[in-house]
Amino acid sequence: MKFSTVLSPHLQPVNSVDRVMLKVLLALIPGIAAMAWFFGIGIWINIAIATVTAALAEAFILKLRGRPVIATLKDLSAMVTAVLLAISLPVIAPWWITVVGSLFAIVIAKHLYGGLGYNPFNPAMAGYVLLLVSFPLPMTAWPPPVEIATVHLSMADVARLIFLEQRPDAISFDALTRATPLDSLKTQLGLNQTVSAIRDGEVFGLFSGKGWEWVALAYLVGGLWLLWQKVIAWQIPAGLLLGLGLLASLGFSIDSEHYASPLFHLSAGATLLGAFFIATDPVTAAATACGRIIYGLLIGALIYLIRIWGGYPDAVAFSVLLANLCAPALDYVTRPRVFGHRA
Amino acid sequence: MFSEYSKIIKDGLWRNNQAFVALLGLCPLLAVSNTVVNSLGLGLATTATLVCSSTIVSLIRTIVPSEVRLPVFVLVIACVVTMIELAMNAWFYGLYKILGIFIPLIVTNCTIIGRAEAFASKQSTDKAFLDGLFMGLGFTFALVLLGSMREIIGSGTLLAKAELMFGPAAQSWQINVIDDYSGMLLAILPPGAFIGLGFLIALKNVLDSKVKQRKPAIEQIPVQVVPEQ
Repeated sequence: MKFSTVLSPHLQPVNSVDRVMLKVLLALIPGIAAMAWFFGIGIWINIAIATVTAALAEAFILKLRGRPVIATLKDLSAMVTAVLLAISLPVIAPWWITVVGSLFAIVIAKHLYGGLGYNPFNPAMAGYVLLLVSFPLPMTAWPPPVEIATVHLSMADVARLIFLEQRPDAISFDALTRATPLDSLKTQLGLNQTVSAIRDGEVFGLFSGKGWEWVALAYLVGGLWLLWQKVIAWQIPAGLLLGLGLLASLGFSIDSEHYASPLFHLSAGATLLGAFFIATDPVTAAATACGRIIYGLLIGALIYLIRIWGGYPDAVAFSVLLANLCAPALDYVTRPRVFGHRA
Repeated sequence: MFSEYSKIIKDGLWRNNQAFVALLGLCPLLAVSNTVVNSLGLGLATTATLVCSSTIVSLIRTIVPSEVRLPVFVLVIACVVTMIELAMNAWFYGLYKILGIFIPLIVTNCTIIGRAEAFASKQSTDKAFLDGLFMGLGFTFALVLLGSMREIIGSGTLLAKAELMFGPAAQSWQINVIDDYSGMLLAILPPGAFIGLGFLIALKNVLDSKVKQRKPAIEQIPVQVVPEQ
């Protein structure tokens, strides 16, 4: 009689790279579905373009570096980068925007620094910032959410917008795009309007912007599932939301007519996406428990400061990159005491 | 004798290129290399400074006490740069206005004091002159290469505003490399300079290693001495 013998280790590891990446992708689905509902089919086209570009770029550069191609592609890290970049882009961004961003993220921000595990900056956010700095016009052309859209774009229209950059004849550029909630808050505050007057504008909804708040909520659901699955560390999102919330409360309590409410800041823009999916990238975030809290607080504070005093309406990408830069120093300063050694 | 000169030339243009190998003078290199014309202007101004300062430093090398040599070199360089700045103000006013603070800042370019200290103060005048000329041309070469890269990617043109340097006849020199190009701001902004320079250095290293592989060194063939029986 023959018994099957199983070699050690007998306990399967709970999280490997590909399983973590797969869970992150799964957790993004509610948010992506909400974005597709409110902003149209373009998000899926962006994701498809970004994923294909990132996979090809990753395969090419792995080949160039003499690394295993298929095995590395299977870890899904390039796909997570591509999806995170694609969902940050305006849903009607021309195809070359997505391609350039994905190429920069994979080739320069990831592989020139040594590939997965060695990149000091979050690749998706590096790609996003490159695009935002280089092509400000198409990067700020967001369509309005479906609730207030005056025009309805068919699937063919969206595809033509993305691939051929052709608007349907009957639709003007102004009808196609609308200022985002953070954008209109920033411009109108600059025109000496009060927050309560601005909040009556049509883009604003219950907490932040119509459509946007539900997308943010969907990302929150996905993020909480990631926390429950122990894929991400709770300290980073907690620190980030706390840092942003505290500063926003401070501003709101001092002058509620010139500083938006903390609830607005927490649910607007990319705050929740950033808190659970972008700042928590295990490669580029701080690694010690205490360091992660400081790292999160730093990002939250930077988001608020740049949103209020910076040149751009939203600031998650810049804040994450700046905090990435601090992560090694944070790890060094917050090293836990080794048992038996003096601090 | 001739081989010494050719070594100076090769060092200046390629092997010890001040921008690609020594990584000196990066501040002006990164700051003004956003178009070919700006790059060429600053590169030639730097070359002129290098030639004059190296020659003068070499001429006075025997009478300058070594304790005060650095202040003396700095004074020499500052004099030369001031003259070049005045000359550019007189004859290339448009370019002078665009390059702005980076012309007086040639004084602080490490390449110049570096060549004065490491080369000109120890060599005869003809060699110092040659070294200054080719180190400067190597620096100009790097600047123009980076400038054309950034101009093509950043705004899709080449030789825009050439009239600033070559007179009104050069107004039609602008080449539109890519038609209907809306531009890529990053290449024109400072980060584009850093990324571009990184790629150029990588390219130089790749070329060097390719050349090395193709040309197996003759002196590495082992020679066996067979003892006589």
